[in-house]
Amino acid sequence: MNIVVLVKQVPDSGSERALDSSDNTVARASADNVINEMDEYAIEEALTVKESQGGEVTVLTVGPAGATDAIRKALSMGADKAVHVTDDAIHGSCAVQTSAVIAAALAQMEYDLVICGAESTDGQVSVMPALLSERLGVPHLSGARKLTVEGSTLKVERQTDGGFWALEAQTPAIVSTWDTINEPRYPSFKGIMAAKKKPVETKSLADLGVDAGSVGLATATSQVLDFAGRPPKGEGVKVTDEGDGAEKLVGYLAAQKIV
Amino acid sequence: MAEVLVLVEVAPDGSGVRKTTLEALTAARALGEPSAVVLGAPGTAATVKDALAEYGAAKVYVGESDEIDAYLVAPKAEVLAQLVADKAPAAVVIPSTPEGKEVAGRLAIKTGSGFLTDVTEIAADGTATQVAFAGATIVHSKVTTGTPIYTLRGNSVTPEPAAGAAEEEAITVSISDAAKQTRVVDRVVEQKSDRPELTEAAIVVSGGRGVASAENFSVIEGLADSLGAAVGASRAAVDSGFYPHSFQVGQTGKTVSPQLYIAVGISGAIQHRAGMQTSKNIVAVNKDPEAPIFELADFGVVGDLNTVVPAATQQITARK
Ligand SMILES: Cc1cc2nc3c(=O)[nH]c(=O)nc-3n(C[C@H](O)[C@H](O)[C@H](O)COP(=O)(O)OP(=O)(O)OC[C@H]3O[C@@H](n4cnc5c(N)ncnc54)[C@H](O)[C@@H]3O)c2cc1C
Ligand SMILES: Cc1cc2nc3c(=O)[nH]c(=O)nc-3n(C[C@H](O)[C@H](O)[C@H](O)COP(=O)(O)OP(=O)(O)OC[C@H]3O[C@@H](n4cnc5c(N)ncnc54)[C@H](O)[C@@H]3O)c2cc1C
Repeated sequence: MNIVVLVKQVPDSGSERALDSSDNTVARASADNVINEMDEYAIEEALTVKESQGGEVTVLTVGPAGATDAIRKALSMGADKAVHVTDDAIHGSCAVQTSAVIAAALAQMEYDLVICGAESTDGQVSVMPALLSERLGVPHLSGARKLTVEGSTLKVERQTDGGFWALEAQTPAIVSTWDTINEPRYPSFKGIMAAKKKPVETKSLADLGVDAGSVGLATATSQVLDFAGRPPKGEGVKVTDEGDGAEKLVGYLAAQKIV
Repeated sequence: MAEVLVLVEVAPDGSGVRKTTLEALTAARALGEPSAVVLGAPGTAATVKDALAEYGAAKVYVGESDEIDAYLVAPKAEVLAQLVADKAPAAVVIPSTPEGKEVAGRLAIKTGSGFLTDVTEIAADGTATQVAFAGATIVHSKVTTGTPIYTLRGNSVTPEPAAGAAEEEAITVSISDAAKQTRVVDRVVEQKSDRPELTEAAIVVSGGRGVASAENFSVIEGLADSLGAAVGASRAAVDSGFYPHSFQVGQTGKTVSPQLYIAVGISGAIQHRAGMQTSKNIVAVNKDPEAPIFELADFGVVGDLNTVVPAATQQITARK
């Protein structure tokens, strides 16, 4: 079973993140960039499926030149090879445009299964797999907390409020995964060394046959007009419990007319 | 007046509309006259029509077919795209649930439009407000292509009643094979709770690693029940097995925006803040005076949760 894993590089969600005021896009150059955490679960799932079904795992990333760090991490976990789509014209693309680029890259690859994270930690749009499913005409099994492969039949438990939906579809298909699906492995030293020699193919928009004018900030389907930091909250009250903490807490709730 | 389509989210137990629908109808009024779109199994519209009339739906488009529920998301997007082509609405507003976002994305491709997800406000000129980076940045954005599609984040707009004619119009549902590729074989409910739904609750009480065990979450539940609140949990509490994942609040869990959020034994990591930062009132109980959660808190108690919380629960119950 040939599997493509979609991997995005994002600014670390645990550090300060910002938009760039020159064009209202994510300030990626100054950020501490890491692999989107959700995608580590997607990679782990792809490796698990490969271990039981055979085949190859290919990483696909659309992003700036520096995104190779995220690609190497995925390869060091055990993926076999990678395709890196990078082109300055993609800068500032909306999700609709990004999906056109990813779909064009997938159209040039052979896959039975595409696995991706349920959402990125920067844009958090969480629709990329649905957009790709729509463009490529392949089924989408979304929000998986469990994936089972039985021949060409895929079974997914889609995580819902207080339970799950059991989904089924035939390959080729797209599966998006939540962080409840597995525990991603850490790259071993051997894995890190091996990753340095694994093939990474770089493609431009021209290689994909995508018109550079159809992507990027100027023709995006939505536009960020302005942004601002959230206004700081006024100083709160902090009391230390000396046997009266509960009373003061309830007093506060009463003052707020909550109790 | 321009027509704005609002996709109705129906409660899974058949008890009527979800509050998110009323919020979407309210937000849509900024752009024009809302028309509700009900897509589901036969009989769905009957359970929601009165509520839609009360919240200003001028029309109710009803597309009912067993096929809509038998396959995942794609059928809804297909029927909605047909309706957009027929009615040429000024915009489409959809509750920002995982399913709602998938519908929005598919609809955008089908109709050649742009979409904005998780908006918290929509202005009359179509400008939407989005909250980025764990609530740290407020963004104003606009769709520039096609029919603007918005998904509205829960609890960001207060539902306001307004009389609507709710004139019913049946729409023909014919689903293509392309939209029937992912079958929904079963819908399984694992936890049933009498507490309010986490994302809809006016008050949320969340416990973190500081709660220390699954058994001790009864302390959190006790306070929640005294306030009629929903229970939430930090990821550390979920990962430690104290509470189920569906109650996780934060970046990779639920986003809540209640009137009151009480964080108990939670340090206030940026990823936790992402899910609760826009709460109106934030109260924290933590034994570490330096815990970052206090930076957000309107009211904080530095103390042991095992003494403060049960005592507070008792006093709240005694006031009733
Ligand atoms: C704060 C913010 C808000 C935004 N809001 C919108 C909006 O409302 N509408 C809109 O059209 N655009 C929006 N964007 C732009 C959008 O985030 C980008 O176009 C992005 O490339 C795709 O969306 P995502 O990362 O949010 O995808 P998601 O759908 O959240 O990502 C899901 C998965 O898709 C895969 N994936 C996503 N991007 C890539 C990639 N470049 N390469 C490989 N795999 C990938 C990953 O596996 C990821 O886990 C926003 C961006 C930001 C920073
Ligand atoms: C990509 C990514 C996504 C994430 N998504 C989420 C998410 O969705 N939600 C989320 O919550 N986290 C998320 N996290 C994890 C987050 O970074 C933190 O690790 C997590 O929020 C910590 O949970 P906590 O506050 O319960 O635990 P800790 O940080 O361990 O804090 C426990 C607190 O309890 C206090 N305490 C201990 N005992 C007592 C006592 N007896 N009385 C009073 N106080 C006590 C301590 O002083 C401490 O402040 C994510 C992380 C990453 C990398």
